[in-house]
Amino acid sequence: MLKKMFLQLTVGLCLLFTTIAAAQAEKTLTLMTHDSFNISKELVTIFEKENDVKLRFLKSGDAGSALVQAILAKDSPLADVFFGVDNTFLSRAITAGIFIPYTSPLLATIPTHLKLDRENRLLPVSYGDVCLNYDKEWFKKKNVTPPSDLADLLKPEYKGLTVVENPATSSPGMAFLLATIGRFDSDGYLDFWKKLRANDVLVANGWKDAYYGHFTAASKGDRPIVVSYASSPAAVVHYSKTPLAEAPTAAVIGDRTSFRQIEFIGILKGSKEPELAGKLIDFMLSVPVQEDIPLQMFVFPANSGARLPEVFAKHATVAVKPAEVAPNDIEANRDKWLEAWTNTVLR
Amino acid sequence: MKARTLLFSLPLLFLLLFYFYPMFRIVLQSFLPDGIWSPERLENLFGSPTYWRILWFTTWQAALSTVLTLLLALPGAYVFARYRFFGKNVFQALLTLPFVLPTVVTAAAFRALLGPNGLINTCLMSGFDLAGPPIRIDQTLAFFLLAHVFYNYSLVLRIVGSYWAGLHPDLRDAASMLGASPRQTFYRITLPLLMPAIGSAALLVFIFCFTSFGVVLILGGPGYATIEVEIYRQAVQLFNLPMAAALSLIQITVNFSLMWLHARLSRKSRVAFYGETSVKTAEKATTPWKKILVGANLLGICLLLVTPLLALAARSVTSEDGLTFAYYQALFSTEASSVFFVEPIRAVANSISFALAAMVAAVALGLAAAAFLASCRGRFSSFWDAVIMLPLATSAVTLGFGYIISLNRPPINLRDSLALVVIAHTLVAFPFVVRCILPSLRQIPQSLGEAATLLGASPFQVFRQIELPIIARAILIGAVFAFSISLGEFGASAFVTRPHTFTMPVAIFRFLGQPGEMNYGQAMAMSTILMLVTCSTFWLLAKLEAWRSSPANG
Repeated sequence: MLKKMFLQLTVGLCLLFTTIAAAQAEKTLTLMTHDSFNISKELVTIFEKENDVKLRFLKSGDAGSALVQAILAKDSPLADVFFGVDNTFLSRAITAGIFIPYTSPLLATIPTHLKLDRENRLLPVSYGDVCLNYDKEWFKKKNVTPPSDLADLLKPEYKGLTVVENPATSSPGMAFLLATIGRFDSDGYLDFWKKLRANDVLVANGWKDAYYGHFTAASKGDRPIVVSYASSPAAVVHYSKTPLAEAPTAAVIGDRTSFRQIEFIGILKGSKEPELAGKLIDFMLSVPVQEDIPLQMFVFPANSGARLPEVFAKHATVAVKPAEVAPNDIEANRDKWLEAWTNTVLR
Repeated sequence: MKARTLLFSLPLLFLLLFYFYPMFRIVLQSFLPDGIWSPERLENLFGSPTYWRILWFTTWQAALSTVLTLLLALPGAYVFARYRFFGKNVFQALLTLPFVLPTVVTAAAFRALLGPNGLINTCLMSGFDLAGPPIRIDQTLAFFLLAHVFYNYSLVLRIVGSYWAGLHPDLRDAASMLGASPRQTFYRITLPLLMPAIGSAALLVFIFCFTSFGVVLILGGPGYATIEVEIYRQAVQLFNLPMAAALSLIQITVNFSLMWLHARLSRKSRVAFYGETSVKTAEKATTPWKKILVGANLLGICLLLVTPLLALAARSVTSEDGLTFAYYQALFSTEASSVFFVEPIRAVANSISFALAAMVAAVALGLAAAAFLASCRGRFSSFWDAVIMLPLATSAVTLGFGYIISLNRPPINLRDSLALVVIAHTLVAFPFVVRCILPSLRQIPQSLGEAATLLGASPFQVFRQIELPIIARAILIGAVFAFSISLGEFGASAFVTRPHTFTMPVAIFRFLGQPGEMNYGQAMAMSTILMLVTCSTFWLLAKLEAWRSSPANG
């Protein structure tokens, strides 16, 4: 009797595996990405109809772990196209050699400063500036001047006002650390952080926790300054319960106070459909998708021909002169910087 | 005996395929990237005090969390085992809620209650005319210890409570008839008998806290790091896979030794005695003392577990300007155009179907493993016991990455299929099922099965007609936990690549990923729906159990 059960179970398991294998037989193109990726349904349908292909989306955790998984799967890639390598991880992705060059005709529509890979293995899709956001009403009520520079955070009247993300576990946190390195140089940033620690900075582990756990404008927290994006005020207006004329938060985008995060897309080496994969990249860079991106992911489109939605044009801002750190420097020094930061701020 | 060994090959095969092989491959690839041993990225492991500090911290916080949970939950287990009271089923269902809540949501719940501008601080500030919040618990050790108790309370209560309810009242009665005081009866009869269940529960809590990721990460703040957090940091942020693999091995070794030790102890403490679960041992609290005992425990449960959840539910229906249902309305009017967004009801359905699949698989595998372990009298039984528990003690990041490089070619090219999500959930859930069932199964005297066999019963009949009815309650508890583990999308699947499926936890994360009042409100609304769905499922289960064990249907 037991033997029979055992046999039945084994047969059942085998059947399960074969049906899974069979389901994968139809022609599909796979896009691997991180958990925050979003796109409109209509656009996906249009692409599928035009190219007679089914688009599959694989989600692989946060941006960092998605890239590690893509690198690990090098010998038999999980997908045809990967979206979501940002400039802090760019050098790691290029060194791993998992992308093949693709010179999209749409590259002509993208400003040069966003194109960081000369061989076009990774093509810029969107960008956003990581910077300080503050609660306008709080500063008005307390009659304190809102910050306009990173150095402002060290002033005595800013004691206990700021919450940042841990760069070791959060990508905006890492971007903000890079902003301080770009602003104060690799010699001076630790001194800034030492003083910021003395000024009672709070470190949260991730953006969700910092923004919804501690920021006064979004939660019952007690910190009126948070590290977020320059487009966050637009999102606050867009997702408000009642229509707002003015955003209740503002972004600090003075010279060298922010770090520009650029997100890239690329064709994975070993893709069985490189031609279709190229079409998917063209599609992602085309005006309709680029105009969809702002309200789906709250970042700016790379294609300069894309028009911004109204709420973006009104309430989102772009830094004129973000702080700069080269991708090679980032990958070469990441361990060192993180270790030094951790020792200075947390221990 | 033979049949059971054969049956054991099922869970063993499952572990081999979905645990040992991926782990072996990822560790191998990490240590020997191109077939060459390259230890230079490991040099800090023994040189720097950082890792010793992390290991030490991980161990003592887990031990402390376990002791605290036991201290708080054991009286509760007694009350639930011994007394009948109004709303017992509802309480039991409520208790399982913390288990399914994503950590971000738990954090929100606790902050709504205890945060600087939370309910309690606001009341205290206005009541005593204080300038600042008197309770500052955020990012402290106390906060995540509290959260560990919050998550694990129901684990101890249900495992020990159900076992306690199964203890035969005759033993107690006999002891008191022979002149033992209630105190003596407890220390010399009840407590020794309970030890296997307490040990099982304590072990699970310890392992859980030892591998704690989200709770420490969010509630403890960045000043605290467990090994699991460090593994994630090394693997993902620093891309130092050798270090991540080395830390995973340390984590596994520590936990494996503990589990082995526990398995040996629990085998030794086996007592030939069994209780019939259908015997109604629960009574109504009659004396004032008993009433106070029951009341105090229920009050404790309310304070510790229910108020944060209520605070959360309250957030989902309030905004700056009072009561609102806007968040729920928005949730159900799918105006969002995202390709990944579906109606919330689909998210509920998706979550439940995953959870059901994982539950069925976990119970089947867990039952097979427990049946083997209970019948295994050999030297290796403790070893196998610990092996079964390994998936619980393993870093989710490492295993997730292991899947990528091992399950990548036919016949098991599963690494990007939905089946892998169910498998990951099953892997974490089935050791739970084993821990729930094994103590009960071990209580059944061998003679019972032997007698049945002598009378001509087949091994299956012995199982079906003798053992199954005795352990039915334990199976149900195991199933409940397997179901909740899957429903809350435990860490195990967070690092598994998967086709997009819109489940309830995914929805909550999506809302919390972008700024804006509506996003926060909808996340709270979805969390409340998650709680309601879980609660009603468990309430139904409890009803089902009551119906099954009532004399008319028994």
